[in-house]
Amino acid sequence: MPFMLKINGANHSVDVDGDTPVLWVLRDVLGMTGTKFGCGMALCGACTVHVDGTATRSCITPVESVGKSAITTIEAVDKTSAGAKIQRAWLDLEVVQCGYCQSGQIMSASALLTSNPRPTDSDIDNAMSGNICRCGTYVRIREAIKQAAQSNAKGGRQ
Amino acid sequence: MIRAHIRSRADQSQSPSGLSRRRFLQAGVAAGGGMMLSLRLPSANGEAAAAHTGGFAPNAFVRIGGDGQIVLTMPYVEMGQGTYTAIAMLIAEELEVELKQVRLEHAPPNEKLYGNPLIGGVQATGNSNAMRGAWQPLRKAGAAARTMLVSAAARRWNVDPTSCRAQSGEVLHMPTGRRIKYGELAADAARMPVPESVTLKRPEDFKLIGTPAKRLDAPSKVNGTAVYGIDVRPPGVKIATLAQSPVFGGRVKSVDDAAAKAVKGVRQIVQLDDVIAVVADHMGAAKKGLAALVIEWDDGPHAKLNTDDILHELEQATLKPGAVAQNIGDIDKAMASAASKVEATYRVPFLAHATMEPMNCTVHVRKDGCEVWVGNQVLARAQAAAAKTASLPLDKVVVHNHLIGGGFGRRLEIDGIIRAVQIAKHVDGPVKVVWTREEDIQHDMYRPYFFDRMSAGLDAKGMPVAWNHRFAGSSVVARWAPPLFINGLDHDTTEGAINLVYALPNLHVEYLQVEPRGIPTAFWRSVGPSHNVFVTESFLDELAAAAKQDAVAYRLALLDESPRAKAVLELAAKKAAWGGPLPDRVGRGVSVQFAFATYMAQVAEVEVSREGAVRVRRVVCAVDCGSVVNPDTVRAQIQSAIIFGITAALYGEITVKDGRVEQTNFDTYRILRINEAPAIEVHIVQSSETPGGMGEAGTSLIVPAVTNAIFAATGKRLRKLPIDAATLKKLA
Repeated sequence: MPFMLKINGANHSVDVDGDTPVLWVLRDVLGMTGTKFGCGMALCGACTVHVDGTATRSCITPVESVGKSAITTIEAVDKTSAGAKIQRAWLDLEVVQCGYCQSGQIMSASALLTSNPRPTDSDIDNAMSGNICRCGTYVRIREAIKQAAQSNAKGGRQ
Repeated sequence: MIRAHIRSRADQSQSPSGLSRRRFLQAGVAAGGGMMLSLRLPSANGEAAAAHTGGFAPNAFVRIGGDGQIVLTMPYVEMGQGTYTAIAMLIAEELEVELKQVRLEHAPPNEKLYGNPLIGGVQATGNSNAMRGAWQPLRKAGAAARTMLVSAAARRWNVDPTSCRAQSGEVLHMPTGRRIKYGELAADAARMPVPESVTLKRPEDFKLIGTPAKRLDAPSKVNGTAVYGIDVRPPGVKIATLAQSPVFGGRVKSVDDAAAKAVKGVRQIVQLDDVIAVVADHMGAAKKGLAALVIEWDDGPHAKLNTDDILHELEQATLKPGAVAQNIGDIDKAMASAASKVEATYRVPFLAHATMEPMNCTVHVRKDGCEVWVGNQVLARAQAAAAKTASLPLDKVVVHNHLIGGGFGRRLEIDGIIRAVQIAKHVDGPVKVVWTREEDIQHDMYRPYFFDRMSAGLDAKGMPVAWNHRFAGSSVVARWAPPLFINGLDHDTTEGAINLVYALPNLHVEYLQVEPRGIPTAFWRSVGPSHNVFVTESFLDELAAAAKQDAVAYRLALLDESPRAKAVLELAAKKAAWGGPLPDRVGRGVSVQFAFATYMAQVAEVEVSREGAVRVRRVVCAVDCGSVVNPDTVRAQIQSAIIFGITAALYGEITVKDGRVEQTNFDTYRILRINEAPAIEVHIVQSSETPGGMGEAGTSLIVPAVTNAIFAATGKRLRKLPIDAATLKKLA
């Protein structure tokens, strides 16, 4: 039986086993390859998407568990206020290197910023420690989240 | 494998910047209009090779189109190290154009054309050498093109070329203010003579070089549109995942694939001698199918292999003499007359690369040809391997290269490409073979295990008068580039063990090549120094401790003949407040290195808990890498390399039991996370020397800085990696 998924505002019908992780539906069935495969066990965060705004590891999320929830991926995170700010800060501070983990980093960071507009260092550690970066861009990720949070605050005052 | 070549390059660069002398540049009309410059990057073998080849064989191309767009075709690959941006900066600087006007394209595989002069002519990006190879020739090419564009404009206006100037992608006639864009001049400029010589800008006139220019590849990497090898989707592509023999050298004995075939979306099971692949509509089905396979393996000759067997072999090997990598003075005599002696043995483990993008390769084998989509650092090798495996002539194999989701040495290998082609030969249509993380870690090619014996003699003041180092382990070069393995030695395996920055009057270094049975080895970020610098900088720290001297002062006393090394050490110590107060259980450790043609010193501040847990709180790094092309990239690479090295120091270890790699995923092969990352300060020494490499130096150097800091904090000397919390806890 096909599943109906709401991804980035559009409905998609996919005919896969119900236990198929959302990651593979996105990448291989629908061709949305911005979301990455890193470990398959929710250990690295490369596959992070938003499910109803919450950062979620798509590599262990069965498609049958999503129901009517809205999935947002890196391809559309710029449509959210926090996502756009995070992406801008990532470019301003030149966070990326190989870039492979950065979709997941940006999804985790933008979910953080949505739920917590002024995160502390320990908030950042808690929200981001599930995302591995083998290039070690952590120093800049931390700075970029803080910069995006500041632009949040400025935006709020205007 | 670098140092000798660097010297010959530096010699060349000091000669007058003659272009015709070595004939490294030619100009012509580009296909489709515009101007094409073809250039020859200097050869690794210097004069001999240049004389031998005779004719002009370009290996890099610069095209200036009628639209003013500048396209570089370069044999280097972007892996996150910022090469594309820095290479573009070199040409843009001399050509007087904005960086955004320059676009870089991957060169197609062709070893004759694109062989890297610094890696024995193999078409490869590695060993931190892209910027070192390109520094002079690309700037000269840019200056030559600029001169020709100015000549073309002057001729069109019928004015003296010296009254014209190039700026911002156009030629300006200064007296009248007339301007013409490069695009409009390109076709004319292509017919101008290539200047006999050009004058390169003085460093103080640089507009781009030395500035933190923005990375050209960043936007696509923050919005999900960047295409890595794993992202390609040729029409009709199937997804496969695989199980390779868990013991290297083993074979498939029997398979029950009934349950796998019943999985929805599974299309085919490919069973070969030592691998089984499940081909499916998507990776979810392929993985489910793989899990449903019942496989019996014949483990083969390495079925009983354990890490301790390999260690024992290496240890035994070092009881006999090896090939002499370097000898200075008379070590026996110096040792005999030394006031005191220090001896120690060290060892470092096998390490996996664990690139974030797991190994993958997409292949379409047809009767009359083969297409390969992959992100790889050695394109010509990839093409040749695919051709051989598919039994096709080279010209029937097309390799599409893509962005690399982490290299670190892993993608200098072609084992994954061979594997994918083997499988694809049995599949009708294109197939993307994707390694699970478990397969990726358990079938990597590993940083070799090394065992080292050290001994030193100290004089009455505690200063070293004799330095003796003998070590055993795999030579990756001997397999990867056999001609560079000479008389039992190669420059890579010994880098960091020889040509030390310190004045050591009697020094003797020997290496024994011992290839581990059943474990393939490969280059790993910071290669030879990843092992040697841990040993030499730890041992030097031991000598300072034996002499009861401060670790920085002891090193400084040995650096009078190496002013650049001395300067970075002094800078790092100062910025780190060396000698200043610290809380309990916190120590500072220092390390100094000359590797990849870059001088670097680091001070690590490390805390050891009562449970033995190690936390690196802060790292201060001072670097002299010669001329800096992009300071922000230098900082980024050092931050990256330090995190990479801390991961290795704290967690990095691949162990073997019953022939099987025991680690599987990021739970058993841990990677440093953001909550464990230290504050990192980078201080760059201004220099106009030839650029040194930047991608790797920080990794090898941080490891001894951390273990030396642990010694300072706890008094415990760690001579084995990774750092063992249990050992440290016993001290508490």
